[in-house]
Amino acid sequence: MSSLTKLTISPHIHSGRSTAGIMRDVIIALLPVSVAGVLIFGLRALAVIAVCVISCVGFEALFNLITKKDQTIGDFSAVLTGLLLALNLPANIPLWQCVIGALFAIIVVKCLFGGIGHNLVNPAITARVFMLVAFGSMAVAAFPVDTVAGATPLSAEKMPTLITLFLGNYGGAIGETCTLALIIGGVYLLVRKVITWHIPVVFILTVFVFSFFYKGFDAVSALSLVMSGGLFIGAIFMATDYVTSPATAWGKVIFAVGAGVLTCLIRYYGTYPEGVSFAILFMNILTPYISKWTKHKVFGTQEAVK
Amino acid sequence: MAFYLRGTNVPHRKNTLNKPVVRIPCPKTVTIPMSMHIGKQSIPTVKVGDLVKVGTKIGEADGYISANTYSSVSGKVVKLDEYLMYSGTTSTAVVIEADGEMTLDDSLKAPVINDNKDLVAAIKDAGIVGLGGAGFPTHVKFDVDPSRIEYLIINGAECEPHVTSDSVTMMTRADDMAYALSSLNRYLGIEKVIIGIENNKKDAILNMKEMAQSLTNFSVEVKTLPSLYPQGGEKVLVYHTTGRVIPTNKLPIDVGCVVINCTTLATIGSYLKTGIPLVEKCVTVDGGAVKNPQNVIAPIGTAVGDLFDFCGGLCEEPEKLIYGGPMMGITFPNTDSPVLKNTNAVLALTKKEAKLPKTTACIRCGACTNTCPFGLAPASISKAYDNKDIEALKELSVDTCMECGCCSFVCPANRPLVQKNKLAKELLRQEKMKGESK
Ligand code: SF4
Ligand code: SF4
Repeated sequence: MSSLTKLTISPHIHSGRSTAGIMRDVIIALLPVSVAGVLIFGLRALAVIAVCVISCVGFEALFNLITKKDQTIGDFSAVLTGLLLALNLPANIPLWQCVIGALFAIIVVKCLFGGIGHNLVNPAITARVFMLVAFGSMAVAAFPVDTVAGATPLSAEKMPTLITLFLGNYGGAIGETCTLALIIGGVYLLVRKVITWHIPVVFILTVFVFSFFYKGFDAVSALSLVMSGGLFIGAIFMATDYVTSPATAWGKVIFAVGAGVLTCLIRYYGTYPEGVSFAILFMNILTPYISKWTKHKVFGTQEAVK
Repeated sequence: MAFYLRGTNVPHRKNTLNKPVVRIPCPKTVTIPMSMHIGKQSIPTVKVGDLVKVGTKIGEADGYISANTYSSVSGKVVKLDEYLMYSGTTSTAVVIEADGEMTLDDSLKAPVINDNKDLVAAIKDAGIVGLGGAGFPTHVKFDVDPSRIEYLIINGAECEPHVTSDSVTMMTRADDMAYALSSLNRYLGIEKVIIGIENNKKDAILNMKEMAQSLTNFSVEVKTLPSLYPQGGEKVLVYHTTGRVIPTNKLPIDVGCVVINCTTLATIGSYLKTGIPLVEKCVTVDGGAVKNPQNVIAPIGTAVGDLFDFCGGLCEEPEKLIYGGPMMGITFPNTDSPVLKNTNAVLALTKKEAKLPKTTACIRCGACTNTCPFGLAPASISKAYDNKDIEALKELSVDTCMECGCCSFVCPANRPLVQKNKLAKELLRQEKMKGESK
């Protein structure tokens, strides 16, 4: 009698995709814009990134330790949350605020809801909005950084040129100015099949079309509105967060149109100069409903046999 | 309503496709279980000490959904043993010590067929069961009012990784297949035949096209299908060949189709020609632990260990032994297990090949529902099953699941999705039985 081998239920092979692998891909996709952010805003930006990432990972590890849960920092999702948070902050933000933001993102939004996959809203976005509300003026008005003058262009009198907007050499959050680097990251995610085109393309297109009308059919102004503020980083990296966006293609399209319209409404008619975060946050909350409406039809359940 | 059936790209690993097919020398003993099919196990008709030849009946079908069993070697019955099937049930197994002569039983002769009843009876007599998968007795599929059969669909998709035995059939047994098709046309009035083959099997497609051209009395179409697992799933195949949708809990015949596997078809043909029942199988022997993977023709009942030895032995201790492909195949515990009627492949996977990632929390990425051919929502089904929420499970239509395993294969959190679906289906079945007995 030969020795017994393992008995399991099929399938016996796996695609090899893993949560950690996906998170790693998103982090890789964020590298170009992180580098661009440090080049544009200086070493202070690096400090913000480091503090956010380290605090996010630290808080998650601590939470797991205290609540005696399995350690989950190995899936890199806390690293990603930290990085995304940092890229959405201005380089001159006080570092203690970064720590508070990380605490809020990881503990309140993620861990207390049950950890990865259970949060209702995107941790990084929610933390950013929280910081905006809590530290008010600081998060928005403190954008101008020594070398680069001017506030975030959405509230500025004169818009930078399209080339400047594309390369990112102007004031704003660390990771939102360099459109070029964000697009490179987005293409990487598409190629790696981490995201589909639906959310980013539809989101950005919606904002473009809305702005085009708003600006009286001026394509150049519309384009500069699209490339400024947090639209690209939001559409490519935050709105595509699996946990808080719909899974099906149609669900994604609805989600993206909604986010695009809301962004414009807030930008052009609201009191805050930037609407991307609020728009995504709001659509996160609607996601369970969108998912319900856009479920796939199940094969073979609609037809009756003749 | 038009559907787009999704699926997933599994690795092909068709290592054995272009290697010669070899016949294993007669094994010393064969172990033939009486339950190699769905339905009641056959009743042994031999006792210890009996002399048998190739094709001697050793088990009689017990009722309608059952199948005859034949000796695959000539020799002496040495044991009637309780045998633990991979499904966990036990079955009697007839152990025969071979004399090495492989003498044919001289009572075997080609059956005389006059009408559809004779043909169905012949298929039943031959002990033929679905050879590509579950081993459902084939005669049952044809035992319907012939006017209900509009299409006969031959499954040559062979979408599972590793497995190439059906390709071998299509490349080498076109004459048997053609013979069977002619008889089915003649006695069952089948006018339209579609052979579905995945596009990664060029030679098989060519050979089948050649065969189709030679059959002029009725229409035989060879349909090239994209290599997208699970192309060979019955409902997927019917949809992609005829455009017809088989409703949940219905059979192909309900939409005018009968689906059989290409090797099953070839076996019907060879029986009608020669009267030799189902006694041997072409089996793909593969997996990283096998030294020299190849297709082997072996008597049914040959120990899997003999197959491995014949293929140069194992180069490392296998982590898993599998009947069939790695997506839907069934593990078995040791190399004493025999080749069964429906064994199309035996795989010995290495630790590395069989490695599955750790199961972690669902990240709601939607990969499972976006890969499910039928548009099911496996993550939601798992949740409903965990809550034992019968209504939700019905609502989610878990009964539609064909257990192809795509969802589990792609899940980055390696959630046991298809596994939960199986349990959920079982739960619904029990619940239904409870309802009926009340
Ligand atoms: S594939 Fe896995 S992780 Fe993704 S939604 Fe389905 S169950 Fe969750
Ligand atoms: S739910 Fe069923 S049919 Fe759908 S992919 Fe999973 S196993 Fe296949």
